[in-house]
Amino acid sequence: MQNLRTVITFLLAIVAPLVIITIILRETPADHTLLNNLRETYEIEHKPGVDHSKHEVLQQEFTNPHLITAACLSCHTERGQEVMKNSHWKWEREAYIPGKGVTYLGKKTLINNFCTGISSNEGTCNRCHIGYGWQDKTFDFTNEYNIDCLICHDNTGTYEKARGAAGYPPMGQDAPDYKNILAHVGRPKRNNCGYCHFHGGGGNNVKHGDLELALLTADRTIDVHMGVDGMNMACVTCHTAENHQIQGRYYGVSSSNTQRVTCEQCHTSVPHTNSKINEHTIKVACQTCHIPVYAKVNATKTAWDWSTATQRKDGLPYELLDTSGNETYTSIKGDFHWERMVKPEYIWFNGTADHHMITEKINLDNLPLNINTLNGEYRDRNSKIYPTKIHRGKQPYDPVYLTIIQAKLWDKEVNKGALWVDLDWEAALRTGMEYLDLPYSGTYDFIPTQLFLPVNHMVSLASESVSCSECHTRKDGRLNDLRDFYMPGRDYHVGIDTFGKLMIIFSFIGVLIHGTIRVFASRKNQIK
Amino acid sequence: MKNTKKVYVYKGFERFWHWTQALLIMFLALTGFEIHSSYSLFGFETAVNLHNKAAWGFIVLIVFAIFWHITTGEWKQYIPTTKNLKAQIEFYITGIFRNAPHPTKKTLLSKLNPLQRLVYLGLKILIIPVMVVSGLLFMFFRYPQSGMIKTVNIENLEIVALIHTLGAFLLITFLIVHLYLITTGHTITSNLKAMITGWEELEEDTEETKQEN
Repeated sequence: MQNLRTVITFLLAIVAPLVIITIILRETPADHTLLNNLRETYEIEHKPGVDHSKHEVLQQEFTNPHLITAACLSCHTERGQEVMKNSHWKWEREAYIPGKGVTYLGKKTLINNFCTGISSNEGTCNRCHIGYGWQDKTFDFTNEYNIDCLICHDNTGTYEKARGAAGYPPMGQDAPDYKNILAHVGRPKRNNCGYCHFHGGGGNNVKHGDLELALLTADRTIDVHMGVDGMNMACVTCHTAENHQIQGRYYGVSSSNTQRVTCEQCHTSVPHTNSKINEHTIKVACQTCHIPVYAKVNATKTAWDWSTATQRKDGLPYELLDTSGNETYTSIKGDFHWERMVKPEYIWFNGTADHHMITEKINLDNLPLNINTLNGEYRDRNSKIYPTKIHRGKQPYDPVYLTIIQAKLWDKEVNKGALWVDLDWEAALRTGMEYLDLPYSGTYDFIPTQLFLPVNHMVSLASESVSCSECHTRKDGRLNDLRDFYMPGRDYHVGIDTFGKLMIIFSFIGVLIHGTIRVFASRKNQIK
Repeated sequence: MKNTKKVYVYKGFERFWHWTQALLIMFLALTGFEIHSSYSLFGFETAVNLHNKAAWGFIVLIVFAIFWHITTGEWKQYIPTTKNLKAQIEFYITGIFRNAPHPTKKTLLSKLNPLQRLVYLGLKILIIPVMVVSGLLFMFFRYPQSGMIKTVNIENLEIVALIHTLGAFLLITFLIVHLYLITTGHTITSNLKAMITGWEELEEDTEETKQEN
């Protein structure tokens, strides 16, 4: 009887708690069903249903690129009309912006703080337009033979656009091998998109920081989706298109929360096994934890100071390079700052944006000027925290009219007012504003500006995602600047914490004193 | 020496409840203040997971404890009284140093002195419920979000978090004082022994002690 009791007590007191603790603490095995299904779906290679080398219309000796487009459209009869509705063609989109109403904004009209804007510089900037010949305001957006089909659909990787030719390919002897190219047209590959999107801002990785040439060959540690040793996904795998309406947004030029590509469209909004982490997805974008750093291979430009441009050394323009070969100063563009393995900055963002237009007045009390404003705050139900590249610029403005000034930067010839040719700010700004039919007072200065670019690519391995304590920490956490909400581990009430600590200290001192007196008192009592 | 008799004061479940609760509160404090970034020990993520699991354990224990208190009638032990309250306070301030006898006699039907009654009742009906409710809100509060029922959204976690933190400080203070006061029994270890074994030497005669002070 006594033995049985001991056994039962032992079981209840020692074994049962251990069993319960083990059950509670066991790790839920990760569920990879969804991921495996996705892998299966995207592992299947796309096989084209057409062999373009067998089309007679493509067997001609082409010298005029417009005729290539005509040949394409002779079979794909409606695609030209589709493309001409697309923002890759129009470089503007219809969007409603509160306070501005319905707007038509895009690269065509907006300014930025890299090369500042295309107006009066179309000859070079519009090399990246999916058309032929947009060199000034006279470009015909309604002529479908102006479309450049090949820049997106050449699968040989040999087609290119000439420098300073407003979107035309090299002509004559330097012309691409059209016969070979036309035999291999198809769905856009990475280097089709990358031809322009990797080079935004005038060089590899300059603008975005998460889109660059390294993505053509990178492994999974650089980009878990595009890694050539992994899923090896193309841009268009996520940026799907229907009737040439391509999904995806760049908020330097976009304004509304539509046509976006999201992680959730494949991964769902609750992909984790831990519900605490799933709960985060209500307020934290996937990218925030899963892109701990960007510009993982090559550096990206994080600051651009135009005010130092036009300096000469011994009467000649010059440039300075850093140890990695990045330009840190050029006479034509000013000073640059480059960074690699950059920790993003974090902002609240609900998918809508506003843009500072060249006609808008600058508020000098509120500098730096936000070239684009990504809307959002904690209390906004649609806002999440997003990782962002903030590009800080210093660019010309008109201190009399209080507007940004667009300079003419490029021309083929000297003395046409182009800054990059003549190194003369005065002439460049006057010519640029004349081209836009906008007033210019004749005086100029430089103001600090910032451009917000959400970071979406170069998703890291799950094992490298941002850990809890990188945000949930008292000092210098990643979310240190987002102060419109309470975050456990970072925030506390000074009063309550001080009160609590004092309470603990005083109670401890209290019992210590009380205990000491008791010890002495009992000794005295014993002596008695 | 007065006559004493060994009495089975703390029943099996009562002791199990007491010690499990003690361990859980200490463990919750340990992990909780790590989540508060007061120190780092397990790492934030592990601390959160352990804290949440221990919290569920605590809630289960509380459910059983409530059931036990009601079915055994032990809840009556916590009915507050002012009788002997002043004497009890005076005992801790002065009497204890003069080796004066305890003003409240411990019996099976009244295990707690009036100070204990007040403090434990406060714990049971105020601090612990506040900690449980604020803790559950911590787990289940809804951020401002779209799509679902908006009326249950909490705009800000701050008030919940601050109440939970304040409660935690109070519990730690209680723990310190409580750990000390268990040494103030008939001997330094008699209270501890009683809570471990259940048995305690209690005075037999009622009338003698009432006349003290």
